[in-house]
Amino acid sequence: MRQGEIYTAIISKFPEVKEESGTGSIIIPKESLTKIARYLTGQPLSLDNLHCITAIDRKDKIEVVYIFYSICERHGLTLKVHLTYDDPNIASLTDIWRSANWLERETYDLMGVNFMGHPDLRRILNPYDWKGYPLRKDYSNPEFKAKPRL
Amino acid sequence: MYTEEFLINMGPQHPSTHGVLSLELKLDGEMIRDCAIHIGYLHRSMEKIAENRTYTQFIPFTDRLDYMASMNNNLAYVMAVEKLMRMDVPARAKYIRVIVAELNRIASHLLAIGTFAQDLGAFGTPLLYCLREREKIMDIFNEICGNRLTYNYIRIGGVQYDLPEGIDLKIGEFIKYMRPKVDDYDQLLTYNTIFLARSKHIGTISKEMAISYSLTGPNLRGSGVKWDLRKDEPYLVYDKFDFDIPVGANGDAWDRYKVRVEEMRQSLRIIEQAIGGLPEGEALSKAGRIHKPAPGEAYFRAENPRGELGFYLVSDGSAYPYRLKIRSPSFSNLAILPELVRGLKVADIICVLGSLDIVMGEIDR
Amino acid sequence: MVTILTFIFMLAMGALILGFIAVSAMFLIWWERKVSAHIQSRLGPMRVGWHGALQSVADVLKLLLKEDIRPAEVDILVWWLAPFFAVVPSVMAFVVIPFGGNLIIKDLNVGILYIASISSVCVIGIFMAGWGSNNKYSLLGGMRSAAQMISYELPLILSLIMVAMRAGSLSMQRIVESQAGCWNILHPDMAVACIIYLIAATAEVNRAPFDIPEAESELVAGFHTEYSGMKFAMFFLGEYTNLFIVAAIAATLFFGGWHGPFLPPVVWFLIKTYGLIFVWMWVRWTFPRVRVDQLMEFAWKILTPAALVNLAIVGWILLK
Repeated sequence: MRQGEIYTAIISKFPEVKEESGTGSIIIPKESLTKIARYLTGQPLSLDNLHCITAIDRKDKIEVVYIFYSICERHGLTLKVHLTYDDPNIASLTDIWRSANWLERETYDLMGVNFMGHPDLRRILNPYDWKGYPLRKDYSNPEFKAKPRL
Repeated sequence: MYTEEFLINMGPQHPSTHGVLSLELKLDGEMIRDCAIHIGYLHRSMEKIAENRTYTQFIPFTDRLDYMASMNNNLAYVMAVEKLMRMDVPARAKYIRVIVAELNRIASHLLAIGTFAQDLGAFGTPLLYCLREREKIMDIFNEICGNRLTYNYIRIGGVQYDLPEGIDLKIGEFIKYMRPKVDDYDQLLTYNTIFLARSKHIGTISKEMAISYSLTGPNLRGSGVKWDLRKDEPYLVYDKFDFDIPVGANGDAWDRYKVRVEEMRQSLRIIEQAIGGLPEGEALSKAGRIHKPAPGEAYFRAENPRGELGFYLVSDGSAYPYRLKIRSPSFSNLAILPELVRGLKVADIICVLGSLDIVMGEIDR
Repeated sequence: MVTILTFIFMLAMGALILGFIAVSAMFLIWWERKVSAHIQSRLGPMRVGWHGALQSVADVLKLLLKEDIRPAEVDILVWWLAPFFAVVPSVMAFVVIPFGGNLIIKDLNVGILYIASISSVCVIGIFMAGWGSNNKYSLLGGMRSAAQMISYELPLILSLIMVAMRAGSLSMQRIVESQAGCWNILHPDMAVACIIYLIAATAEVNRAPFDIPEAESELVAGFHTEYSGMKFAMFFLGEYTNLFIVAAIAATLFFGGWHGPFLPPVVWFLIKTYGLIFVWMWVRWTFPRVRVDQLMEFAWKILTPAALVNLAIVGWILLK
């Protein structure tokens, strides 16, 4: 399916989604994440492969990005959810896609997004007692000196 | 008789955990009840470093991700940047990229096979034969770009140097030398009774589990899913070449091993066709060193020897990436390990781990 | 009542045997490294002496000078005695090995029984090493080795019995003399017994493909993880002495002992023994390792029934 068709299929069932201009990804509100996720695994989209979960610190919000692919239908979809700094909670997708387990742990570890319902949310790359979320833009580490920018 | 479970730590330093990986096994005699994985010993925060380096300055860092397949890492990153900047690459550079990527795939699979055999106890002989073949590939790479392990060769807009004189003859000789050697491995290892007994029906992954855990590469193909980015989402000039995608039948460790051996044969075919059809023209990148892409984002994934390596780049218009996310194949591949080893013996966990073929540099970044 | 002369004779023989063992072990270590290197298309030791011939001397000197590290919580008596239990039984088995026509220290008339019983004591040594080291890996290694060696005792002894039945005696010299016209291996039932013996002996001496107790890729170093310096050297020595013993027994029982034209008997005996050792080394560097439960299954479900069937066949042939 082409990107446009995927978007039409989703918006016809969930009118609260928006398309981001220029990138072709879909922005959804965080409350509808679970029901949209369940819809994505079924027909006709059958996005059975949760390829990547990441988060971007946009200085005024945290943007959680999900990248899905479908092996049988050969199409993909990028989903974005916006979170605020005082409420970085979002539902976990571990029971729908098993790959979400470690990917969400990594996003929690590096960006501080809290995935509710995750069976074992602890740090994965940093030591277990690390303080702070390194990939946030306001993360400061006394040993780190940025190089002068070009 | 009173028996108790005991905890054993296959700690960060161990002869066969393929790097610094810590496995905490709960054993009942020889049987594994549970397995907890601890990673992060090699975490070098590459994603944070990327936010303070220009796009060209980050290429050597990508070498050190999966240090067994540096060319493929460079390729995936550079193509993500080119997608972000909508830049085109000369045709000769595309062919050269395919040649070095496939050579590196062969080198990486050789090491995977050799260490797998070593972990099963064939102590030394298959590994040393594989390393002997790898030496030849490294000599070719040494001539092309001056380096043996971390190449930093594929650049934004092309490659770093053009191929030197006479390298196509050397590569042709290597292909002629390597073909019978792959048959040698089949004879020495693949159908050996002890090898079969040790690896058949061990660590079986079903199709649904493989797709749900987002396994990629030979692990996915070993379970019977015929998915390879070079055929299904072709990039560079892969659609011009004629090659097959080997697929396993059951999804056990032996199938994954066999898929790797077959992939080496297919890579030899690709290299032969690429050398035969190498076009003339420019290969160097004319793009300069500082790139300032327009604000936007791009995601590109390439077929690495271990799976699909993806780079998600977000740019804010400056010469530095705003966010770089590395989607590493071994990270997702390793997550399936606790699921597979319940009920197996200690010797089998080594077999399963070897068949998944992970590299810690990629997992921890 | 031991006279002075007998006592001096015993001392001299003991010294001779220990000297032979030491030299033989050093030669075998060098030879193993060379054989493995050439199989793996590399060269092996090349610097110390002609093609590395003095490498073993250098290694022995190094091991003698190494610090003896004792982990804190070991069971001291068990841990300290384990190397001796691993080495001494193998040395004791040299008493009945017929090196030549009359070159045997004491031709016990229960030679085979003596060897079978003495070599079983080696298991205790490995088990003690596994337990005394206070290390989970060593314990696993010790347990595995105990299971393995006990399982393979049965086919081993059955194959020894088959030879004793055919020769009509348990004495080693008598068995060699009974092969004067025709080596034992040339008879088909004896050939099967030889194969069973070779497989069982490989498991007894912990050589690949049955080297699970010291499986490096799984258990770091198995039962001898916590040993360093001279104690480790003792285990090493024990392994190569064991290898010599089983090869010598195979040569004696199946390949005609010291019989052979032209050359003196001792030379023939040594040629046959070292030839068999070469075959063992060749097998080691070719095959992967079997898993513990597959090992047990092979011993109890395949090898022991085969040995029993062959025993019946040998008996039937003799009764005819």
